[in-house]
Amino acid sequence: MSESLALKDIMNKPDRLAPGHRMCAGCGATIGVRAVLRGLHEGDHAVIGNATSCLEVSSFIYPYTAWEDSYIHNAFENAGATLSGVETAYKILKKKGKVKENYKFITFGGDGGTYDIGFQSLSGAMERGHDMVYVCYDNGAYMNTGIQRSSATPMYADTTTTPAGKVSNGKPQYRKDLASIIAEHHVAYVGQTTFTKDFKDIHRKSEAAIYAEGPAFLNVMTPCPRGWRYETSEIMEICRLAVETCYWPLFEYDHGKWILNYEPKNKLPIEDFLKPQGRFKHLFKAGNEHLIESFQEEVDRRWEELLKKCN
Amino acid sequence: MAIRERMSGNEAVSYAIKQINPDVMPAFPITPSTEIPQYVSTYIANGEIDTEFIPVESEHSSMSAAVGASAAGARTLTATSSCGMALMWEELYIAASNRLPIALALVNRTLSGPININCDHTDSMGARDSGWIQIYSENNQEAYDNFVQAYRIAEHPDVRLPIMICQDGFITSHGVENISLLEDDLVKNFVGEYNPEEYLLNAGNPMALGTYSVTNFCMEANKLQEIAMENAKQVILDVAKEFEQISGRKYAFFEEYKLEDADYAMVIINSAAGTAKDAIDVLRESGKKVGLLKIRVFRPFPEDEIAKALAHVKGLAIMDRADSYRGGGGPLGVEVRSALFKNKVMLDSVNFIYGLGGRDFTTGDVADIFETLEDIVERGAKPVDYKYIGLREA
Repeated sequence: MSESLALKDIMNKPDRLAPGHRMCAGCGATIGVRAVLRGLHEGDHAVIGNATSCLEVSSFIYPYTAWEDSYIHNAFENAGATLSGVETAYKILKKKGKVKENYKFITFGGDGGTYDIGFQSLSGAMERGHDMVYVCYDNGAYMNTGIQRSSATPMYADTTTTPAGKVSNGKPQYRKDLASIIAEHHVAYVGQTTFTKDFKDIHRKSEAAIYAEGPAFLNVMTPCPRGWRYETSEIMEICRLAVETCYWPLFEYDHGKWILNYEPKNKLPIEDFLKPQGRFKHLFKAGNEHLIESFQEEVDRRWEELLKKCN
Repeated sequence: MAIRERMSGNEAVSYAIKQINPDVMPAFPITPSTEIPQYVSTYIANGEIDTEFIPVESEHSSMSAAVGASAAGARTLTATSSCGMALMWEELYIAASNRLPIALALVNRTLSGPININCDHTDSMGARDSGWIQIYSENNQEAYDNFVQAYRIAEHPDVRLPIMICQDGFITSHGVENISLLEDDLVKNFVGEYNPEEYLLNAGNPMALGTYSVTNFCMEANKLQEIAMENAKQVILDVAKEFEQISGRKYAFFEEYKLEDADYAMVIINSAAGTAKDAIDVLRESGKKVGLLKIRVFRPFPEDEIAKALAHVKGLAIMDRADSYRGGGGPLGVEVRSALFKNKVMLDSVNFIYGLGGRDFTTGDVADIFETLEDIVERGAKPVDYKYIGLREA
């Protein structure tokens, strides 16, 4: 079987997040969730965790659930701790013979629930070494509550708590590099990914994360058309530009080894990523060229840092 | 044969945990409950129990992990005190709403601030509306006995609610006293195996938990919790009766001490009841008809039973080791008076606030309190609604 055919098979696997949920049309999060869950081998059971988020309040509205697997939502800031409890219960119940089947543990949180309020709980779960995957679907703001800035929000983004105004250029700070921070916990596996044309990167990383023994973390850039203000049909182009400008590098940390998964032949200028998004509109006003320059400098600096880690 | 031992309250609860051998215990250290996870960790380190210990990074995570473990189908517990419980607050409500029979060994300590590591009941009293069953213990023996009964109540199909077993920080948790322990097999058989009907790791029947429930369903979930709490009353009594058969020790919603013919009574919770009983013995010798009602079960609150037990009393002292800062009194004061009013039991009562932050409560205090009641009822002194006792002189 050729690899491309295998990928086609993978894309045709039954979805473990059923249609009928109430996420927005064009939402990146559900694309990300379905892609990650395709990493599960058929026949393997899973318990899915979920931090409070758009994803949670739109996929499990009583009395309906879109989740085919067992699922637990607890609160906003504790998806890491909650799943560590589930995973520990599995260990002892399996040992006692009360659970016979094989289970995998995957939890989803938005960037607010992961980078910010759930950061401690995530760090604790990773440090303790639970055999689980924490997946951050990173759309760069608190979208569920209406586009407030998070520590994942890109610099200069216009959000409802960092609005661009007469004396403000949007969010003053650059984003937190969470994937690297979790890698520095020396976990089994970390992957940073998004949607590429063939979906190979996210599929391979999801499978690697799910089947790595020990704690794993996936950081998936999942664009939000409402918050980023672009046409829903543009999602794949937005993701491509994030990767080609090196704003969102594709890399992994596999059992201590940093690996760069993609290096653009011609690194595109950051404007190409910023331009199609309404949240950066103010950067393109005359006189704001220096803002784009400083954004570019930070992208370059972080890219160089990553190259060093990966060599 | 009962085992005669000497133990602190923390060790007594830990010993019960060892005998129960639960599945999962996430915990985070906080004075004065820290010894409980320490004991359990030591049992695990020596291969004496199978329990999986999760050394979480905060109390919020300890209750979060407990919710996850319990939902997964594991018999789960944790221990905490004071600010630790405050940090769990959000999760207390979620555990109850998800109907997870988690046991919490709560060692009562005051909430900050000022920061203070000693006993009062501000932690558990603040959580009285969280949907947890609350059972209080006067001493190490009761802490042990209550913990042995905890899962039988919490896991009962008519109940399915989390339960906290409370004891006083340091006074009970660290005070070493004689205790009568049950044999391992007796406890094991009494508590039984935990086999939940629905749980996350049930491969044949996946479950989703923690739903987003909008206004058309949320209130029914709340009502079901209320029904479960009401059901808990009978279950608590049934379990106590069974427990008596194996231990010879009697438990109910509350303990009545020399109350039957008492003209003056005191309602109190936890260790201070011991001090009050001593004082009552002395006062009885001098002919004072004084007695005591010690609350064991605060949630569900046995209001009719309490009113009935106090109906003959002329003057009542309601003792709160927590204030509500100018509510209608301390939490016990408000609820006991409400119970009396609803049952048309009209009597003079004073709500005393005592022992905050570990302030001593003495037999002298008890004598003074009964004196105050007599002054009001018999000597026409001005009624007192609410009063702090044991304060430093200015």
